[in-house]
Amino acid sequence: MTLRRREFLAGSALLLLSASSSRAALLSGQLPWLPDAGSSPVQVRPGPWVYFTSDEGRAVEALADRIIPPDPKTPGGKDAGCAIYVDRQLAGPYGHNEGHFVQPPFMHGTKQQGAQSAKGPAQDYRDGLAALDKYCQAKYSGKRFPDLSDADKDALLKGIESGSIKLDPADGESFFKQVLKDIQAGFFADPLYGGNRDMVAWKMIGYPGARYNYLDWIERHNERYPLPPVGITGSAAWSPKT
Amino acid sequence: MSRKLPKKDVVIIGLGWTGSIIANELTDESLDVIAIERGPWRDTPTDFPVNYMQDELRYHIRHELFLRPDQTTFTFRNKMSQTALPIRTWGAFMPPNGVGGGGVHWNAETWRFLPSDFVLKTHLTERYGAAFLPDDMTIQDWGVTYNDLEPHYDQFEYLCGTSGTAGNLNGQIQPGGNPFEGPRSRPYPNPAQKQGFGHTLYGKAAQELGYKPFPQPSGNMSQAYTNPLGLRMGQCTYCGFCEWFGCGNYSKASPQTTILPVLIRKPNFSVRDNAEVTRINLDRSGKRATGVTFVDTSGEEWEQPADLVILAAFSIFNVQLLMLSKIGQPYDPIANTGVIGRNFTHQTMSSVDGFFDKSKFNFNPFIASGAIGMVIDEFNGDNFDHSPLGFVGGGYLAYGQTNGRPITTTPTPPDTPKWGAQWKQAVRDNYLSTISGADVHGSMYSYRDVYLDLDPIYKDRFGRPLMRMTIDFHDNELKAAAYLTDKLDGIVKAMGANQTHKKPRKGPYDITTYQTTHLNGGAVMGADPKTSAINRYLQSWDVPNLFVMGASAFPQNAGYNPTGTVAALAFWSAAAIREQYLKNPGPLVHA
Repeated sequence: MTLRRREFLAGSALLLLSASSSRAALLSGQLPWLPDAGSSPVQVRPGPWVYFTSDEGRAVEALADRIIPPDPKTPGGKDAGCAIYVDRQLAGPYGHNEGHFVQPPFMHGTKQQGAQSAKGPAQDYRDGLAALDKYCQAKYSGKRFPDLSDADKDALLKGIESGSIKLDPADGESFFKQVLKDIQAGFFADPLYGGNRDMVAWKMIGYPGARYNYLDWIERHNERYPLPPVGITGSAAWSPKT
Repeated sequence: MSRKLPKKDVVIIGLGWTGSIIANELTDESLDVIAIERGPWRDTPTDFPVNYMQDELRYHIRHELFLRPDQTTFTFRNKMSQTALPIRTWGAFMPPNGVGGGGVHWNAETWRFLPSDFVLKTHLTERYGAAFLPDDMTIQDWGVTYNDLEPHYDQFEYLCGTSGTAGNLNGQIQPGGNPFEGPRSRPYPNPAQKQGFGHTLYGKAAQELGYKPFPQPSGNMSQAYTNPLGLRMGQCTYCGFCEWFGCGNYSKASPQTTILPVLIRKPNFSVRDNAEVTRINLDRSGKRATGVTFVDTSGEEWEQPADLVILAAFSIFNVQLLMLSKIGQPYDPIANTGVIGRNFTHQTMSSVDGFFDKSKFNFNPFIASGAIGMVIDEFNGDNFDHSPLGFVGGGYLAYGQTNGRPITTTPTPPDTPKWGAQWKQAVRDNYLSTISGADVHGSMYSYRDVYLDLDPIYKDRFGRPLMRMTIDFHDNELKAAAYLTDKLDGIVKAMGANQTHKKPRKGPYDITTYQTTHLNGGAVMGADPKTSAINRYLQSWDVPNLFVMGASAFPQNAGYNPTGTVAALAFWSAAAIREQYLKNPGPLVHA
């Protein structure tokens, strides 16, 4: 079989764009070693929205606070930084389906065959949030989602979740599923990604975070692990007080 | 035009577990060996160092160490009447990529199959009669027996430093081990791992119910270990970042920790990484491989000539490369002819969540290793009488919770809403007092309409057809799943759970829900070239200087994790090459 030149070039261009620093190499004689060859994660910084418009950001913060409402012990999704997390994820590789198979044709299949869409999550949010906004303004006399009462927000989200409320032209049900998955992932992911601020989610459940050694604890059965969580970037308690 | 490289004695396609094993064996014969690996070189300090490896989002959710579907993927359908659609992002399984292959990010459950698993068709027919098996079930004997493989299971376990408790030493049943296992010639090289609270409780409950629980055989080190190649591994620290992750602590058996540092220093070994083999080249007779063609990252095409070709990619890619290289007759499910693509299988996983009183139970689910856990084997293979049950096959029943990583492991009782204040409270209340790793590791037997072929529509980035998977669960497997999940539920209840949530596997087969990455078959081994692609030594019936490693050789899947058997087969095949083939290159079995 001969590779068709055109398809082949298209393929290799894609590969070069998407693969990190990987280049083919012939290795022998010793374990290859380059200084700083690893790729440490890049910490999300607070600040203005990177992907969202300010209206979109406000809507996602409102969504985050209904999916994970604040309570006296633990902040809600908004204060935990979940909207920041989603914004930075959508601005990055996840937002535009990097690494996914995006060759056409896109055909509608069965539920078991999985999502078949050319759009990535970034466009799904843009379309879904616009449809949500349009629905709210029509239904609640010009009000937008963040301005609804908590009870109205919850009733609306339950309707979207169950499919009884349609968010035309977006697919409300799968959009809500996606938002749910992302907000909750942001809540529980390492704080370096922008959510789980001060490890509030880990403190809430008793998860000690990015620790690496429980040898002393494996046989201490039915005892509560006493140490507070640490993140990949450390813990506030480790820094000297200034 | 491809550029031709100097000829080698051996070219190996893929440098995962089997490629590393066979490279190490054949370089010991002073052969000049090169491996060609699609993915990058990977090593502990650069790719999964302790200072940032504990990152659930990056490594598990975003699949950092895995093949990317834009490199290549598969199409999938349940039935032959449907149009298969591409898997655009991974779901039911996660194919590996890069040096070390799946050995980098496996849990290291290191099992042997049962002696009866290797003679399955004969065994079941003798015990229950041929009419007991479904008409369209295409199970067959392997052409190799447990006794053939025993020395090679042993080789792999000592290479890895497997931690476990022997259940059958030279025919003597041992206390605390698996009484159903085949006889082993010596104990495991390391004692079993320590167990957490939940694992211990599961073992006690199983014992009280009359079962014989034993610790899961684990490639996570229970103590420091030096393997026969002189490579040293550290004690596992139960960090809870094993499957999907590389081990930063040199505590998990992988090609990186057990073979590669020795192999790469041999002057007669080299590896090309980030280079994808696109076909195995044949001479004009079509009966002899002349080497392989591969493409590097700059798009350059190369030819690597060799006397001996070892196909050691992930199972389903072995099948694809055979088809694209036109080696062996493709399987036709309608005519029931051909072998390449035949007897494709996966796994039938089921599970039970157990919710306990939080004032009395604290499981610390985050303290765990990849292959920790207690297991019973009473309902695996043919260890129990199937005659009143109306199905064959089974699985091990384990509580082997590997982690408490919170993006994926925050279970809530089944009646809880998926979001909102109630959900938040349920997550808070249940995280430490719930077990969510009680599993049925069920077998999946082979069927006439479950197979692999080339997709007629979708192509990879080189313009080659994707592999098309046609797969669905059959009644036999679903019946087994329901029966075994009830048994598992009984043990979880006996542990003292207030509430359990039974999740027996149900059809149709769903490509979006993770089960395991144990894809098997499609180029199966056997005694008859009409129903197998390779002989009992993993040698191609059609091209005798081609050997095909991996789980693509399994005629059907057993109720265990496959790596122990995959590796034992690689050692078995390597021994046949060293002791027989090199002296007299040609077919090792005459059909």
